[in-house]
Amino acid sequence: MPGDSLMVNNKAAAQNTYDAIVVGSGISGGWAAKELCEKGLKTLVLERGRNVVHIKDYGDTTKDPWELPHRNGHDRADREDSPIQSKCYAYDEVSAHFFVNDKENPYTQIKSFDWIRGYHVGGRSLMWGRQCYRWSDLDFGANARDGHGVDWPIRYADIERWYDYIEPFVGINGSAEGLPQLPDSKFMPAMEMNCLEKYVAEKINTGFTDGRRMIHGRSANHTQKVGDRGPCQYRDKCHQGCPFGGYFSSNSATLPAAMKTGNMTLRPYSIVLELLYDKDRKKASGVRILDAETGKTEEFYAKIVFLNASTLGTASILLNSVSDAFPNGFGNSSGQVGHNLMDHHYGVGANGEYDGFQDQYYYGRRPNGIYIPRFRNLNEKTKRSDYVRGFGYQGGAGRGRADYADGVGVQLKEQLTEPGNWGMGIGSWGECLPYFENKATLNKDKKDKWGLPTLDIDCEFKDNEKAMRKDMMNSAAEMLEKAGLKNISTYDSAPAPGFCIHEMGTARMGKDPRTSVLNKWNQVHESKNVFITDGACMASSACQNPSLTYMALTARAADYAVGELKKGNL
Amino acid sequence: MNRRDALARVALLLGGTVVGAEVFLTGCGAPDKKYGATVDLTPDDISFLDEVAETIIPATTTPGAKDAKVGEFMARIVKDCYSDEDQKIFLQGMGKLDAASKAKNGKSFLDSDATQRHDLLVDLDKEQKDYMSKKKDADPSHYFRMMKELTLWGYFTSEPGATKTLRYVAVPGRYEGCIPYKKGDKAWAT
Repeated sequence: MPGDSLMVNNKAAAQNTYDAIVVGSGISGGWAAKELCEKGLKTLVLERGRNVVHIKDYGDTTKDPWELPHRNGHDRADREDSPIQSKCYAYDEVSAHFFVNDKENPYTQIKSFDWIRGYHVGGRSLMWGRQCYRWSDLDFGANARDGHGVDWPIRYADIERWYDYIEPFVGINGSAEGLPQLPDSKFMPAMEMNCLEKYVAEKINTGFTDGRRMIHGRSANHTQKVGDRGPCQYRDKCHQGCPFGGYFSSNSATLPAAMKTGNMTLRPYSIVLELLYDKDRKKASGVRILDAETGKTEEFYAKIVFLNASTLGTASILLNSVSDAFPNGFGNSSGQVGHNLMDHHYGVGANGEYDGFQDQYYYGRRPNGIYIPRFRNLNEKTKRSDYVRGFGYQGGAGRGRADYADGVGVQLKEQLTEPGNWGMGIGSWGECLPYFENKATLNKDKKDKWGLPTLDIDCEFKDNEKAMRKDMMNSAAEMLEKAGLKNISTYDSAPAPGFCIHEMGTARMGKDPRTSVLNKWNQVHESKNVFITDGACMASSACQNPSLTYMALTARAADYAVGELKKGNL
Repeated sequence: MNRRDALARVALLLGGTVVGAEVFLTGCGAPDKKYGATVDLTPDDISFLDEVAETIIPATTTPGAKDAKVGEFMARIVKDCYSDEDQKIFLQGMGKLDAASKAKNGKSFLDSDATQRHDLLVDLDKEQKDYMSKKKDADPSHYFRMMKELTLWGYFTSEPGATKTLRYVAVPGRYEGCIPYKKGDKAWAT
């Protein structure tokens, strides 16, 4: 019959139609899935890689060191197949399966850029560093104040209640300090400092007149149970996946919550090729995917789409979504998509030793440390003439056992059996300015194994970051000196952008559609039913670890999206 | 950030110091190399390495390197992790060590008694220390440095090394920042 094919198509379209589509299942995609599902939307979550089921798929994380063939070291295959990923501190014999194969996932480094990725359900929320710090108006107002980038369309007052909302579910340990530049979260009890940390904190807190403080690190490790998750067992193997649910990940927390509603369809092996655009409605109609198992393409439709494919993944999808309406990529009339790429610059700091506390030690492996909040360029008194913005420090103290010494025999063995002197290190994380010329572009001549264009990444740290790094290093040494530590050594390992794994900024929020991609609700200016709430949305980088802010922005945008949907505006 | 820095950072996050990160460097942090010929050490090689390791970490009131099967561990790491160049140095090093034994003690390493073995390795340790302090970054490590690092790494991550010579708790269950320590108490293995 003439109508047959149409009927089949309609049926197929109906089967592939949802209320919402979420692209990506990492830390922000997981939140989008949870919020949209809990608000009653039938939600399709598309993940380009395999499924990773909480606990079941965490591999060898419960094995003892001697049960691992290479005792957690790298073998030749790691270096050969994943030369970039295997440089990451979190890449080890157990966690290696959470990192992409670099050979199979090529990109071009126009300048050195280490792109660390996990293509599987949960994404990098499985291996993340878990540090959680709120932003303040020092950060949201930074672009407006010094003129770099474009002004954020939001301020702390817009996001505060969304931090409040997500934090009890994320499960963050820390201490309330009342610092204006680093607002307190809704905390679980902090993880204790050890003897030397307490001592150094006291020295820093009393030794400087600029108000600098050393406080407990704030991390998404659960010092108390969060529902059925945790508490933390102090194994310090978080990046391998936690069989105790001791830290927050999409796999342990948001995706199970979304699944529980009955509204989520999770589709692994679904590589999103492009957003589909309905130019009459001026809205996205859905997405086209490539099924990584069958090699076939398929379309899915929805009223709203959340893009949470990661900063560079999201930019890649937008740039690849070309239509008559969007010849330069979806929502890219501003020409800003892929630009303003930022990452924190880090890998600089100081270490020192301390002679005392020989009669003190500690029990357990704390997956967290200390934090020194930003103390530069807060006000006139702390203003620097050599750079704008600022930095913070993470660090910790311990009694490292020497695992190498001169000699052989009984004496060597005994020497390596006891803990050594106390030592402490602090390393700095610095803000990177948004530079238009730091960018990712599509390379249509270099295709991946799916035949998809790859990214050319052209990004570098510039003079402001370089000037800041000198202060980051010197201030680290100064603080350790002030605390009375000895044999202080400084370092600057000058990692390439990307290696801090805080890449962000490729589809920034802003007030003006001519200079930004997203509005204050994370909606694409030019297609209001597309929301981008991963790192791509960031208009500046601050110096705090960014995931907490992605999560808060996601919950906020999801709430707005559902409200608009109900009002018939989308 | 190179591997040394990465390890330094891990050590920091663990609350440790940076000392000893190089234990891993020779083993698995060398520059990328093409896969080489398969290096399968023979049972005799492994016995030989066991004796070298035992001389570096002997059994005392706690187990030694042989109990920890360090020879087998060295063979596995050299095969699976070492670059072609490092493999070559390590394999030639076994011969060099034996030649040095003959030159010093007039007999092979395995035919030497414990004191002779010990004295030989004291010499080789000085030799490697001197070489390592003068070599350029890109130059390979000294073969005895490799053997010693692998021995220390393999021993202290083995079950006897971690649980009998050091203290190991797989699942601590809690964190206490300050607990009493008295001289002679063992260090945590991880």
